Amino acid sequence: MLTQEQAVELFSRIRRLSSADEVEVLFSGARFALTRFANNAIHQNVEDENCIASIRTNFDGRSARAAVNQFDDATLKRAVETSEKFARVQEKDPDLLPMPTPEEAAIASDRDRPARFLEETAAITPAERAESVRQIVALADRHKLTTAGIYSTAQSLESVFNSRGLAEWHTQTLAEISITMLAGDSSGWQKLNSPDVRKLNPLQLAETAARKAVDSTHPRELPPGKYTVILEPSAALDIVGFMFWDFGGTAILDQRSFLNDRIGIKLFGDNINIWDDASHPLQAGSPFDGEGMRRRRVQLVENGIVKRVVYARGTVAKMKRSEFANKIGPIEATGHGFPLPNEIGEMPLNIVVGGSDRPRTIDQMIASTERGLLVTRLWYIREVDPYEKILTGMTRDGTFLIENGRLKNGVRNFRFNQSLISMLSNVEALGAPVRACGEESFDMVVPPMKVREFNFTEVTKF
Amino acid sequence: MRDVAKLALDTAVARGATYTDARVVAIQSRSLTTKSGRVGHSSESDSLGIGIRAIVDGAWGFAATANLSHHAVEATAARAVAIARASAFVKREKVRLAPEPPATADWTTPIRIDPFTTSIEQNLDLLFKADAEMRAVSGVTLTETGMNFVREESWFLSSQSADIHQTKYSTGAGYTAYAFAGSEIQKRSYPNSFGGQWQNRGYELIEEMKLVENARRVGEEAVALHTADQCPEGEFTLILDGSQLGLQIHESIGHPIELDRVLGMEANFAGTSFLTLDKLNHLRYGSELVNAVADARPEHGPGLGTFAYDDEGVAAQCTPIISAGRFTGYLSSRETAHTIGAARSGGTVRAEGWNRLPMIRMTNVSLLPGETPLTLDQLIADTDHGIYMETNKSWSIDDKRYNFQFGCEIGWEIKNGKRTRMLKNPSYSGITTEFWNALDAICSRQDWVIWGTPNCGKGQPQQVMGTGHGASPSRFRKIKVGSAYKS
Repeated sequence: MLTQEQAVELFSRIRRLSSADEVEVLFSGARFALTRFANNAIHQNVEDENCIASIRTNFDGRSARAAVNQFDDATLKRAVETSEKFARVQEKDPDLLPMPTPEEAAIASDRDRPARFLEETAAITPAERAESVRQIVALADRHKLTTAGIYSTAQSLESVFNSRGLAEWHTQTLAEISITMLAGDSSGWQKLNSPDVRKLNPLQLAETAARKAVDSTHPRELPPGKYTVILEPSAALDIVGFMFWDFGGTAILDQRSFLNDRIGIKLFGDNINIWDDASHPLQAGSPFDGEGMRRRRVQLVENGIVKRVVYARGTVAKMKRSEFANKIGPIEATGHGFPLPNEIGEMPLNIVVGGSDRPRTIDQMIASTERGLLVTRLWYIREVDPYEKILTGMTRDGTFLIENGRLKNGVRNFRFNQSLISMLSNVEALGAPVRACGEESFDMVVPPMKVREFNFTEVTKF
Repeated sequence: MRDVAKLALDTAVARGATYTDARVVAIQSRSLTTKSGRVGHSSESDSLGIGIRAIVDGAWGFAATANLSHHAVEATAARAVAIARASAFVKREKVRLAPEPPATADWTTPIRIDPFTTSIEQNLDLLFKADAEMRAVSGVTLTETGMNFVREESWFLSSQSADIHQTKYSTGAGYTAYAFAGSEIQKRSYPNSFGGQWQNRGYELIEEMKLVENARRVGEEAVALHTADQCPEGEFTLILDGSQLGLQIHESIGHPIELDRVLGMEANFAGTSFLTLDKLNHLRYGSELVNAVADARPEHGPGLGTFAYDDEGVAAQCTPIISAGRFTGYLSSRETAHTIGAARSGGTVRAEGWNRLPMIRMTNVSLLPGETPLTLDQLIADTDHGIYMETNKSWSIDDKRYNFQFGCEIGWEIKNGKRTRMLKNPSYSGITTEFWNALDAICSRQDWVIWGTPNCGKGQPQQVMGTGHGASPSRFRKIKVGSAYKS
């Protein structure tokens, strides 16, 4: 892995090669390892290391980027020249700001940064991952199940250096385990990740996935329709995550956000509170954005009312002079921009969905449900309608009928077509927020949710 | 670069590998976008590195590095061997590779204009012209255009004496006009959505696309959708344009025929497949008109899945997938070929770059054109009542590839053989085999295009791959339409 000292030296070399008004270099790299298993054996086992220097040059309102993963002088010189050539031919962009200074990028009341690089995670070996997989497979064998999944560990770096003196550096680790257990006609699944490998319990995850597979054997087919559903945290985050692309100033300016004309009004139920907080103890990721601006805590939704969106620093001036300026909430740089130049602008990526004052466990939610469905996981979610935020997708790997407060049996998987606006207006109960991950959206801190009238339109064959 | 790869092989063998291969890959890419008349982003990137596979004690290991120094390559090869030893700790069967004669070859994608020799000024000028045409339409609220070039040069060497040098080019471009009004966002794209059209060609593809010529119409259609009727719900005769049919092929033929999925290797992420081994040569997949192939050979056309050799050194092939409606073939690898009794891999193993493990991927999975001459206009004229849909807007399918739902950007009602009123928000859904058995007409060769899907995700860690899908407009009977908007 590139060290901070090496990065400083590389940035100096790159800066000397450039004649641009300003130079910025993003270094990103990782040492990543993943052990993959299926049919109760390891079938893929990989490790790779890479580091990229992504160079941006600015000439009086013109900006472009070139990226390389070799750091010899000739390669760096060629990358700088490409970036400069691409920048020079452009029309001047009057909205392009000078690169931020360290003072502008900082937050006055910067909170303590949680440690996200854990030596214990970085030190995990292929043999240790294999031993955990052996235990997962042994558990599957005991239940007469077939298992498939992954155990990965990574150490990564993100950094931003610019010629105005900004120098941000972040390293972290991440361990992740995902387990599927397969029976003849049913399956169960669990997934979890953390910067700290000690917070993952492979056997506990395997046991839960196995129980779901066993309990959902011989699934019954139910008719499509509206059901009360209990979404486990992974299912909740995978569907809710689809709306956060719209919580940015650029999405509003482009009129591609479902929040156009809806900020400041009550869009969801009273019990919905959502904020973005990179410093949350259960979150992961860097504390700065693609320009090196420190990420601020931003309350996005309060008691069902969409309060505001996030901003890259370049979006702020555009929003202030737009027709939306007086109906959009506070307009200020929040540290959520993507690396420039880009067309997307910004997005909140450290989402925390609040729980309830009286959080319900999933068991309590089940006990309070006369008839409904418990959903472990959602799959292949896509946006059907961008303004009503109708999403389609499938249930997967453990969908259960609840009757009279008890899990009754597994059911065949459903297709849903569900408006997120309606869904978040129909949340009857929330649990305690936990760090969760799925496959359709990004990791977040989210509670399980009990939702009435969830719209299933079709049922599949298994 | 051959010396680098050879060093990796020698090191892995010396450390105990019974088989090893190494891929040195250099990738150059250019990406340009505009948004509403301004540059969105402009960038180039270069990536170079080596990926090494090794079999030790009958199990796989893979390690990759961007550092091509003597010491780093030796260490990475040793790492691949050590990882393989760890894999062997939890194995059920030894890896069995189907025999493959070692090839020595040098191949480059046939292109007329190297896209990297075109200037960024030339590229942006074209995008800005298309962008301006769309924005000239009143009611268009956002325009996006994009152009991408990729050049991938690779050196593949194996301990079985394969020595293959390939250089592949791919090119893509397209745009979208958005119109926001009232409580709706509508959009139209050209030549296809989600990045436009992509093929393994040079800049000549861009020149043939007629990007500027179609931009005004695309903008007008995005605005017109606001006053169009909602697509009705019910059972209809459905005609799909070639680009949407290409994605339908991708999702409901291409993925279920991946043999690694069928064997459970993707169960945790991408899923499995309804095409269990007992269905080979038995299942009635579609109507007798349905003939599909997986064809990576250059003579099939310049799809994103066209090459001379796959990423484990197997020559490009054509595998019949569906023959007169009957299911006849899978996508296979050297490791999986024996499970279907094949003597040789189907040559479909591909990797995203140097630092990812090669795995079974679609090549060009294509629906062959109808043999009876039939144009789209003639197909519509032959249809009493139905709905014609164009350009994908949303797509979703379950993890065994049975139940699917697709939304399209635009539709038209067909009445008495004529295209009549425009329909907004069209969607259709069904079960894979029922859908393909409902096909009763395929347009012939003149309307057949190999569409590119540049963003196919699979594997853990996830790899993104480009795939090709030859398709011509086709008609399906008694298809469920409109349930996506059923509240």
